[in-house]
Amino acid sequence: MLKVDTEKCTGCGECEESCTFEAIFVEDEVAVVNQDACTLCGICVDACPEGALELHVEEGLLATDLSSWKGIWVVAECRNGVLAPVTLELLAKSRELAGELDTEVTAVLMGYEIESKAKELIFNGADRVFVVDHPELATFTDEVYGNILADLAKKEKPEIILAGATAMGRSYIPRVATILETGLTADCTGLDVRAEDRALLQTRPAFGGNLLATIVCSGHRPQMATVRPHVIRANIPDPGRKGEVIHILPGEDLLSHRVQVLESVKEQVEGPNLSEADVIVTAGRGFEQEKNVELARELADLLGGTVGATRAAVDAGWLCDRTQIGQTGVTVSPKLYMACGVSGAIQHIVGMQGSEIIVAINKDAEAPIFDVATYGLVGDVKEILPLLIHRIQKERGS
Amino acid sequence: MNIVVCIKQVPDAKTVRYDTEKGTLVREGVGAIINPFDFHALEAGLRLKDAYGGEVTVLSMGPPQAGNALKEALSLGADKGILLSDRAFAGADTLATTYTLAKAIKKLGRVDLVLCGKQAIDGDTAQVGPGLAVRLGLPYVTCVNALSVLDDGKTMHLRRVNEDGYDMLELEIPALLTVLASLNTPRLPSLKGKMRARKAEIPLWDARELGAEPGMVGLAGSATQVVSTWVPTFEARREMLEGSAEEQVEALVSRFKEAGIL
Repeated sequence: MLKVDTEKCTGCGECEESCTFEAIFVEDEVAVVNQDACTLCGICVDACPEGALELHVEEGLLATDLSSWKGIWVVAECRNGVLAPVTLELLAKSRELAGELDTEVTAVLMGYEIESKAKELIFNGADRVFVVDHPELATFTDEVYGNILADLAKKEKPEIILAGATAMGRSYIPRVATILETGLTADCTGLDVRAEDRALLQTRPAFGGNLLATIVCSGHRPQMATVRPHVIRANIPDPGRKGEVIHILPGEDLLSHRVQVLESVKEQVEGPNLSEADVIVTAGRGFEQEKNVELARELADLLGGTVGATRAAVDAGWLCDRTQIGQTGVTVSPKLYMACGVSGAIQHIVGMQGSEIIVAINKDAEAPIFDVATYGLVGDVKEILPLLIHRIQKERGS
Repeated sequence: MNIVVCIKQVPDAKTVRYDTEKGTLVREGVGAIINPFDFHALEAGLRLKDAYGGEVTVLSMGPPQAGNALKEALSLGADKGILLSDRAFAGADTLATTYTLAKAIKKLGRVDLVLCGKQAIDGDTAQVGPGLAVRLGLPYVTCVNALSVLDDGKTMHLRRVNEDGYDMLELEIPALLTVLASLNTPRLPSLKGKMRARKAEIPLWDARELGAEPGMVGLAGSATQVVSTWVPTFEARREMLEGSAEEQVEALVSRFKEAGIL
């Protein structure tokens, strides 16, 4: 629990200012803690100029011998025979971090008949690639992928493991962290290192992007994070880069799994997927009828983007649930987000407000979506979109 | 089928405000709700109970007021609720949370299925489900949006959604699933349910009751620590383009050109 040394406390209020949860406040010139609201984050302890605050913590998890863990790992993701863009993004970031930590970057590539991808990983920044190529890895199962990665990490002891915050990464990387009994920070949007103790500074959004937090895993190794696709720029591959490829044969005991994949279905989707798209055109209730959603598709195609949906558009059956953006759907932050016929309920806004440019088109000039829009157009999407499509086609033609 | 549904009480996004000066949440006047995804986990549990019998137990870790979330779950038809609450649980990251939940589930005895929402809307980590499954030694499937039980009563077919489509999976219970909102439409509480919930006692299990190691729960059992938080400022925007539909479109096209989109 958080303790206040009332002798040292001057009632300056720095702690109150620093607290995210309004759990500490100054009363009668001394700091008072609301222990029920306090999450023991320790931010006020650092903020106190008098050193009057102390976190009293039970003897915790056994601290690891930190110095024996070395190197940065990037878990490569290969979907339908193609490396996921986030893998290349992570390699670029890892090179930067490896420079600061004076260490090496290793990619871990798991799958079946994927060996040819090792070169691509080296060209994009890996010094070394562990290739685990096995028929049992042809389809993804949490158990086998997780067991192999955890086993390899126990033997090789990397200091950092980074993976994409994709459906696959967010499903099996928690398994690995739990097996290794270490910390894992989900869905990071920023990574840095603190040179003095080699801590990985992991920044991530919470509360649907309304709060950002920087998190460390100071007493345990490896330091693990999943990283949101599309927040880092990949390097231009260098076909001259050299690296080492090491083949790993997984032990039989690691290959058993209790979940069987009966079928993998790739649904017909045009363009990039939502989390990787630069441009998203979202259709809301304002489209009125399913056939009008075609306008959103046409505009998305023109801009090289993809189509998203509000809850209302999914409930109406116009678009599939996988395209739903917002609190109970996907969180996105593309370069351009076009909210078309979207009123802007808070549940939708938390899923898209991090976008770079937001264009809102709505009949109702008072719709809350305009409060977060970079550019607002008041009008019927059924009138505005055909005009916009036509205008862009003309622009492209000239 | 004995089913445990894990739920979390979270701040209601509709009532949360942010202090950009201080970089903090304004807690005052914030309502608390059951995490939206968890309603769907509960609904899935209740439907399985309706079809196959058994019991649905709802479990939550949180401060004493999280008992209200459990009562709400009872009003929807859950058979019993258990609150894991102890000062020592405060400051838990997902590693410490899964340890605590696993201790409680093991204490419950035979469990056929553990259901969780895909993620909580405050932390958004989606890590508790998979981590809990590992602690319990159970197979798990995340992001489920369709499920069925075969005639043998123990084989399940599940649809797991990913970026490009979906996988159809098969497993045998006992298992753990995390579910999407599209799995089902949650029921509303009945009057009878509400009455029952009002009268219900929610047992409170603390660290000692669970037999939890003090160094494994709460802040002490957490591998990660928060170093700073802040509220991102979304730059003052809101340029309303003016004129007729044609003029607004023309203005937008020129903004697109400036931004390099066209």
